[in-house]
Amino acid sequence: MKYVDEFRDPDRARTLIQHIEALRDRIPAVASEPLQLMEFCGGHTHTIFRYGVESLLPDWIELVHGPGCPVCVLPMGRVDDCVALAERPDVIFTTFGDAMRVPGSTKSLLQAKAEGADVRMVYSPMDALQLARKNPRRQVVFFALGFETTMPSTALTVLQAEREGIDNFSLFCNHITTVPTIKAILDSPDMRIDGFLAPGHVSMVVGEQPFQFVASHYRRPIVITGFEPLDILQSIWMLLRQMAEGRCEVENQYKRIVPSAGNRAGLEAISQVFEPREFFEWRGLGSIDHSGVRIRDAYARFDAERKFSVPNIRITDPKSCQCGEVLKGAIRPWQCKVFAGACTPETPMGALMVSTEGACAAYYNFGDRDELRRRREQRTAQA
Amino acid sequence: MIRSQTPFHADTITLAHGAGGKAMHDLIEAVFVESFDSPELRGLEDQARFDLAALTAQGDRLALTTDSYVVDPLFFPGGDIGKLAVSGTVNDLAVGGARPLYLTCALIIEEGLPVAELRRIIASMKAAADSAGVAIVTGDTKVVPKGAADKLFINTAGVGVIPSGLAIGANRARPGDRILINGHIGDHGAAIVDARGDMALDNPVESDCQPLNSLIGAMLKTCPDIHCLRDATRGGVATVLNEFAQASGVAMELDENTLPLRPEVRGVCELLGLDPLYLANEGKLIAIVPAESADALLATLRAHPDGRHGAIIGEVRDAPAGRVTLRTGFGGHRIIDTLLGEQLPRIC
Repeated sequence: MKYVDEFRDPDRARTLIQHIEALRDRIPAVASEPLQLMEFCGGHTHTIFRYGVESLLPDWIELVHGPGCPVCVLPMGRVDDCVALAERPDVIFTTFGDAMRVPGSTKSLLQAKAEGADVRMVYSPMDALQLARKNPRRQVVFFALGFETTMPSTALTVLQAEREGIDNFSLFCNHITTVPTIKAILDSPDMRIDGFLAPGHVSMVVGEQPFQFVASHYRRPIVITGFEPLDILQSIWMLLRQMAEGRCEVENQYKRIVPSAGNRAGLEAISQVFEPREFFEWRGLGSIDHSGVRIRDAYARFDAERKFSVPNIRITDPKSCQCGEVLKGAIRPWQCKVFAGACTPETPMGALMVSTEGACAAYYNFGDRDELRRRREQRTAQA
Repeated sequence: MIRSQTPFHADTITLAHGAGGKAMHDLIEAVFVESFDSPELRGLEDQARFDLAALTAQGDRLALTTDSYVVDPLFFPGGDIGKLAVSGTVNDLAVGGARPLYLTCALIIEEGLPVAELRRIIASMKAAADSAGVAIVTGDTKVVPKGAADKLFINTAGVGVIPSGLAIGANRARPGDRILINGHIGDHGAAIVDARGDMALDNPVESDCQPLNSLIGAMLKTCPDIHCLRDATRGGVATVLNEFAQASGVAMELDENTLPLRPEVRGVCELLGLDPLYLANEGKLIAIVPAESADALLATLRAHPDGRHGAIIGEVRDAPAGRVTLRTGFGGHRIIDTLLGEQLPRIC
């Protein structure tokens, strides 16, 4: 398949691995412990597991799978709000597919649907708007979630609804932002990430500049990365080259998609419709300042939180859940006390087991579980 | 029995067509008996009756299976619920080595179904039964109020005879065996995603819905000692292989580069973040066969119209027991686990 296979070529992968191996002796940090590189984005995590990228890397490189899966990090209380909205008889609740399985405190959207709620899977907010046009007597609520990648399409849908005077359409807004979250990870005391693969699709919207602080203030190299397996390998190589040459910069591996200034029209739509929230609650990471957006007052009539009353009850993460430590690279998924025991994809306790993009679910689904359990037991014995 | 000669003019099915009276009698006569045209059905008895001696002459075991079909939409590129209801049950018999002979047909119809659609579906069942060489010999019709079912549900049960000497079983995979498939994976799943119209895709994926008994007959002639055989329907190729691996206590290793996959199906998967190994098929079988017979069986597959794109896609290993792994085209490894629930498209 053109424009796909070129980026999955095993010969090129072997060459890149050789380049990566060759840099080992030039990176001083490797001498003490393995390098930790974080891919922030769930899409990257998915690629890494799907193509077995980790199995190709030398053992002195560890990939830490970051919090960039918007489905995983959604706190339980927000899912409960979704269910409450979906269960209103006047509401058609529309959502992206993989958000349907996320557990709330009593049920997921899938369960609510089975019990009779009108929950429909859509592929774009525009599909939800179309449902609103077709069902003028029902209230269509779109479950808006995702990072800056999905924000422009939600914002443009609101603007379109306003132009057409559609008043039975609204958003339950759970959009979150990348930069405050990376900053929160960098500020945490147990963090030991050596470099970052920055999210390619977020960067396509926001551009290169917002990641500058990672290099200049926190002195960590960062490379904006595409989503094919060769993109990942090339970006790892670029990160290592920065380390070998003593540089800390924002580099753009994904130039074929990401313009350095981002997408102006997209950014304008975002800032027209949304404004930062003071804080937003994340599953696994707790509350992070300015890490979410809400709908501006001018568009309040499209805000499901203001249009309908939602329970808005905060539910804390289970105590035994160690998602926060996994997200910061302090421990590996299989070192968590409940991994593959009390916490599995069927009965997730923590954020990272929820969606297939979550680090723990990815290890659980694609990794050798017997091996992971063995390693966990070994570590426990050593401790 | 005196036959009603009333011509059947109704445009839509109503509750009366399931009420046991004249309307139902007319529907059965005009649509089912006419179309299926089997002597057992013409008798209009409450049960089909078979000559035992004729059955025992063909083998030493009877095989019996049943399956219900609820696909939405009723018509999709490459097939419809009727073709599916015959092929699926024929295949469930055939993968046990049985020669499929007789099917039942029970319909649950939501009132309001256009009679023209019902006729099309019944004609399609007849065509599929003819191509598989089976007869539809008894049936049942129920009509339920609007909303109590979705347009039409079909249940078919099937009876077949297993020739003596065959011992196909999910627990018979042995290290060194080869894994064969008879063609492209995921066609049915992709066709249904497409036909539901949510995506408005401009692609011509057709369901692979087809009876496999003729192909399986040819394979058993080449190699009667096929170890495991199953059609990879819901849950796809990944699920069948996990079932074999667990039942046999062996590992299975697939080679991604050898998996037959149509570019248009791959495109749907790339777009939606679906994995073709978990997509449903309705005309694909997975065979675990002794290594020494693999090449001959591959030749048999490829010489048959239902196995033209057949391939050897992997090998059985001894460890880790119960696990299916994939050597990715990129050079890495990953585990292919059983699917948790429904595959859901990813957000980004």
